Amino acid sequence: MSAQNTGPGPILDVRDLRTQFFTDAGVVRAVDGVTFTVDAGETVGIVGESGSGKSVTALSLMRLLDEPSRIVGGEVRFRGADVLAMSEDELRAIRGDGIAMVFQDPMTSLNPVLRIARQLVEIMQAHGRFDGEQARARAISLLGRMGITAPQRAIRSYPHQFSGGMRQRVMLAMGFANEPALLIADEPTTALDVTIQAQILDLMVELNRDFGAAIILISHALGVIASVCRRVLVMYAGEVVEEGPTEQVLASPRHPYTWALINAVPRIDRHLPGTRRLTTIEGAPPDPLAMPSGCRFAARCPFRISKCDEHPPLDEVAPGRKARCWVTKGNEALPQASPPPPTTATIRPKSEKSATEPLLSVRGLVKHFPLRRDGLFAPRKVVHAVDGVDLDVEAGETVGLVGESGCGKSTFARLVVRIHEPTAGRIRFAGHDIAQASASAIRPLRRRLQMVFQDPYASLNPRMRVAEILSEPLRFHGLTGTSAETTARVDELLVSVGLNPKMATRFPHEFSGGQRQRISIARALALNPDFIVADEPISSLDVNIQAQVINLLVDLQEKFQLTYLFIAHDLAVVRHICDRLVVFYLGKVVEIAPAEDLFMRPLHPYTRYLISAVPIPDADAERRRKRLPLVGEPPSAVDPPSGCRFRTRCPIAQDICADVPPPLTPHRTGHLAACHFAGQF
Amino acid sequence: MPQYILSRLVLLFVMALLATLVIFLLANMVPGDPVLAQLGDLAASNKEFVAEWRAKWGLDLPLWQRYLIFLQQLSHGDLGISIASQRPVLQDVRDFAPATLELASVSFALSLIVGIPLGIMAAVRRDSWIDHLARLISLIGVSSPTFWLAFILLAVFYGGLQIAPGPGRIDSIGLPPPSVTGLYLLDSALAGDWATFRDAAAHLVLPSIVLAAATLGLITRTTRASMLECMQQDYVRVARAKGLRSRRIVIGHILPNALIPIVTLGGLAYANLLTGAVLTETIFSWPGLGRYTFRSAVSLDFPAIMGITLIVAVVYLIINLVIDVSYALLDPRVVR
Amino acid sequence: MSAVDAPLGLRSVAPIQSKLRRGLRRYSLPVIGALIIIAWIVVAIIAPLLSPYLPSTVDVTARLRPPSSTHWLGTDVLGRDVFTRLIYGTRISLTTGMVVVLVGAFIGTLVGGIAAYARGRVEEVIMRATDLVLCFPPIILAMAIAAALGIGTTNTIIAMLVVWWPKFARLARSLVLVQRSQEYVEAAVVIGLSPARILLRHIIPNSIGPLIILVTLDVGNAIITFAGLSFLGLGVIPPTPEWGSMVSEGRELIEQWWVAAFPGFAILTIVLGFNFLGDGIRDWLDPRSRRR
Repeated sequence: MSAQNTGPGPILDVRDLRTQFFTDAGVVRAVDGVTFTVDAGETVGIVGESGSGKSVTALSLMRLLDEPSRIVGGEVRFRGADVLAMSEDELRAIRGDGIAMVFQDPMTSLNPVLRIARQLVEIMQAHGRFDGEQARARAISLLGRMGITAPQRAIRSYPHQFSGGMRQRVMLAMGFANEPALLIADEPTTALDVTIQAQILDLMVELNRDFGAAIILISHALGVIASVCRRVLVMYAGEVVEEGPTEQVLASPRHPYTWALINAVPRIDRHLPGTRRLTTIEGAPPDPLAMPSGCRFAARCPFRISKCDEHPPLDEVAPGRKARCWVTKGNEALPQASPPPPTTATIRPKSEKSATEPLLSVRGLVKHFPLRRDGLFAPRKVVHAVDGVDLDVEAGETVGLVGESGCGKSTFARLVVRIHEPTAGRIRFAGHDIAQASASAIRPLRRRLQMVFQDPYASLNPRMRVAEILSEPLRFHGLTGTSAETTARVDELLVSVGLNPKMATRFPHEFSGGQRQRISIARALALNPDFIVADEPISSLDVNIQAQVINLLVDLQEKFQLTYLFIAHDLAVVRHICDRLVVFYLGKVVEIAPAEDLFMRPLHPYTRYLISAVPIPDADAERRRKRLPLVGEPPSAVDPPSGCRFRTRCPIAQDICADVPPPLTPHRTGHLAACHFAGQF
Repeated sequence: MPQYILSRLVLLFVMALLATLVIFLLANMVPGDPVLAQLGDLAASNKEFVAEWRAKWGLDLPLWQRYLIFLQQLSHGDLGISIASQRPVLQDVRDFAPATLELASVSFALSLIVGIPLGIMAAVRRDSWIDHLARLISLIGVSSPTFWLAFILLAVFYGGLQIAPGPGRIDSIGLPPPSVTGLYLLDSALAGDWATFRDAAAHLVLPSIVLAAATLGLITRTTRASMLECMQQDYVRVARAKGLRSRRIVIGHILPNALIPIVTLGGLAYANLLTGAVLTETIFSWPGLGRYTFRSAVSLDFPAIMGITLIVAVVYLIINLVIDVSYALLDPRVVR
Repeated sequence: MSAVDAPLGLRSVAPIQSKLRRGLRRYSLPVIGALIIIAWIVVAIIAPLLSPYLPSTVDVTARLRPPSSTHWLGTDVLGRDVFTRLIYGTRISLTTGMVVVLVGAFIGTLVGGIAAYARGRVEEVIMRATDLVLCFPPIILAMAIAAALGIGTTNTIIAMLVVWWPKFARLARSLVLVQRSQEYVEAAVVIGLSPARILLRHIIPNSIGPLIILVTLDVGNAIITFAGLSFLGLGVIPPTPEWGSMVSEGRELIEQWWVAAFPGFAILTIVLGFNFLGDGIRDWLDPRSRRR
């Protein structure tokens, strides 16, 4: 092990790192000449979309890659010693000791059959820092430091007894066990809910301050980077395209890709009413098997010049700032994004039709899922997924449904389109009660009521061609007579979602995630519906593709006069595109309000926490903002708390909250909240 | 957990009861008339004699009454009388079971001791010679007919090379050890009779290899697949990032996960060894349950067949219960 | 710098193989398996053309002759030509193996599919019935049934079918259950498609893969089991040429090893063939192993 390097200079010095995947189809240059340094105690973010090489870079630093990936060149100097030249033994001495790593998915990162104690103690013992007793005591104190209650008991638990957020705390405890000089965190909060993400990010900032460990935080979200990191590296197609202090980069980027990334993300703290479209760049990242010889971003770049046919170097444009761009070579600022075309002629509620009856009207909707019995004599338990929900949706509206995972929002969506049959309650759609109606009774209504799903990889039948996927609903409902008619309609649908009709003969796996989501939308449109339920349609897409899909949904709404029920966990997005918002907590609605109203004047404490937890991609704003610390995790939906379900985490809960479930009552026009002390927090 | 075991026990009882019904129906609803099968042509042609015989054995009663009688006899441990040996089936079973138990246990140990390490090595050194060897062994093990493998080994090592003893549990001139457990290895060791112990052990070699072949193949294959599956899990990468030694990662992190499916498979394999003994024992003239079952089957000794089927089914159910319980103990995620 | 990233650090990894070599490795075994099976099928069809003898021709003057140019694989205790009986025996082994597995798979899939689709009571009853059959050891139950029904090829097939369908029922049920919760099936529900259409157009095409693998691997299993029952005298009625009973006839003849050795070897090759093919199909259908 190298001696503790306390002198000046970087603790990590990466030069021209090159990592490649040797696949059947060819060599993918996943990391293609990455150079950067990290100083002791520094916080550095690496941001980029999937496939940009940011995670591979992280794994390369500790040589944790699996076949068929190989590091083929460069240097990674940690405290002066080249990690890439180390023997297995030298390498092992650094892993988990000098450099620690926290991974993306806390659910799979802990060994499920070993107790937490063993997993924490072994990393300390492996490096000979502590003996068994010391290690155990330290493990307990670390868990406590990470915010785990009753650490003496927690240490004897198995991972499955912990939620995702708790497991990520355990992973952080593991990371800091040997007081590393550098912690690499690869998308540590991506799998977590926004309130838990806020807790973990705050914890990382504190740990950086208290332990003095440098942190490399890898994320696809600028907001996450902004809330932790002083400096940021932007990666695109295997290269660093921009580097600099986070606030400067976010405020005035020097690379068009960074510019696009910043503009594609709607911000929760800023919204111009009437603008629902986002600034997007066209196209997708280059094919990793056939990288362009010039600037890799040129094909999508709105500021492209002829010089871009040459590959630009990563040059310093200002002190501490680097960019790989010919346009900003002299530190020229990129122009402000021109505001996207405003939403035209939106059909707001209170239009002529809605005077009579809302398009969708839900009353007292309940869905309980019975669990398998533990034994012959055990009582049957049920998951209270949706527990008494009332909601009206007017024709032409966009209503957003937000809440943490497990709050019942997806179940609610599936009840509305009758994938699930409700346990109780009423669902009126266009004047028909569909809650208990038979499949054949609903069938005619299905033409008007469609759904777009979350996972673009699971929502298309892998064995059907696009043409079959789109023509199946047409033929089944007899919308097209001849096959020529069907083909014409399929072509028309593909064009309307921005795809080439020639793609109709392809299979889903030949498309990217964004394209698949477009196909999924086209399928929903095939029957000319007037109501579309969209279940997190953009949550698995990269930000630029997200923006493209959002714009498409807005376009389609205007063109076909659609009504949307939009389920999402990203509050910034729903604020951007929705007219009204519904906040779910543990199967119940806690607040309903017009979008602007909800964000400016939230009434329910939970809503306030939720808004406060969203990270903002603006380092300045992040620093000025004081986050509200929502403690704990949502209770189980099998055995929800009595009275108000939020009371177990609510700072203003009183006795009445445990006894009386607060009804959803109007407080302002169109603003309803289910809280005994609405607006008092 | 106790509640889980209790409810599993109730389920076991219900299944066993259903099994008796199946066996009873099987024995009584077969196309061939059991009377004709058991009386012989001459007696069967005598109508009066047949009627008398039917009345004597209760065959003139309605089916459900006969089932109740069958159950009542069962509750006294009465499985009927074997036609071939003219002894109670239960007693036959008691006499023949130890030989099978000994053979099956040795085979089981053999397939675990060889199969699990082989599967681990094959997975850890994927695509190396040991992986190919493991694949070959498991494929041949799974694909060879037991009775043929037994014949070949006997022909080569007993007939040809003459280095292995012939069929049977012990040399024909030797005397079995004083019976305590009925397991020759154990009994001879208890008696301190090491010559007999060696003899019994030598006689076990070929039959246990034959019987183990298929199980060994299955265990090797499953261990390898399970290891490979677990090696791809995120926690393995985390363990590497902790700076642990490879050996420790394999033994401490991968193996405890990879062994979980082996428990299920191992339990079932043991149950199958007990029954797979039918073919092996027949060839090696091994005086166990398998050969007894075979003899009963060819001589259409119905009480014996049904008795054995029932006993084996109950053993099967018990082994399944043990698998499920140990599964719940091994895998903390299975919350009971 | 080469091989710094050995997966577990256990060994430096083998050099990256050429595409061709990996392709060969991936496809060679299943192709060999398929060739073995095809060869045996051809042999079964053209058996009379391959041998001058009939399987039942008894020649007491030529008993237990070792393999020679007149009797390629020797003769048995009745002087019958082992080679002739072996190639005619292919017909029984192949047909019984395939009939048992295909019919068993059909019944099992149907029952399991119904269970998964109907849920509730129906599922409970069907799955308990499956458990009941599975609580008997297969060989013993098949023996008991075969003994009860009487000896004969058809009865043995029936006995095997009784113990064969449950595993397919279990597999089919779990496959359908997995597919049912996929989003593309939910999308089909939202479109309003009928359950039958969803089952036929969406669920079955996507769950057929593992069933095909099991069917392929299982034919070998069924051939061995049938041969085993025949070996015990519970399969074919003599003098029908069948591999299991041929081994049985020669099992005491250690000196005249050819009588039992060749038919058993024939079983080994054909079962290996089905195993190669099944493993190959599994690798081919499994996207994870396809990467390598």
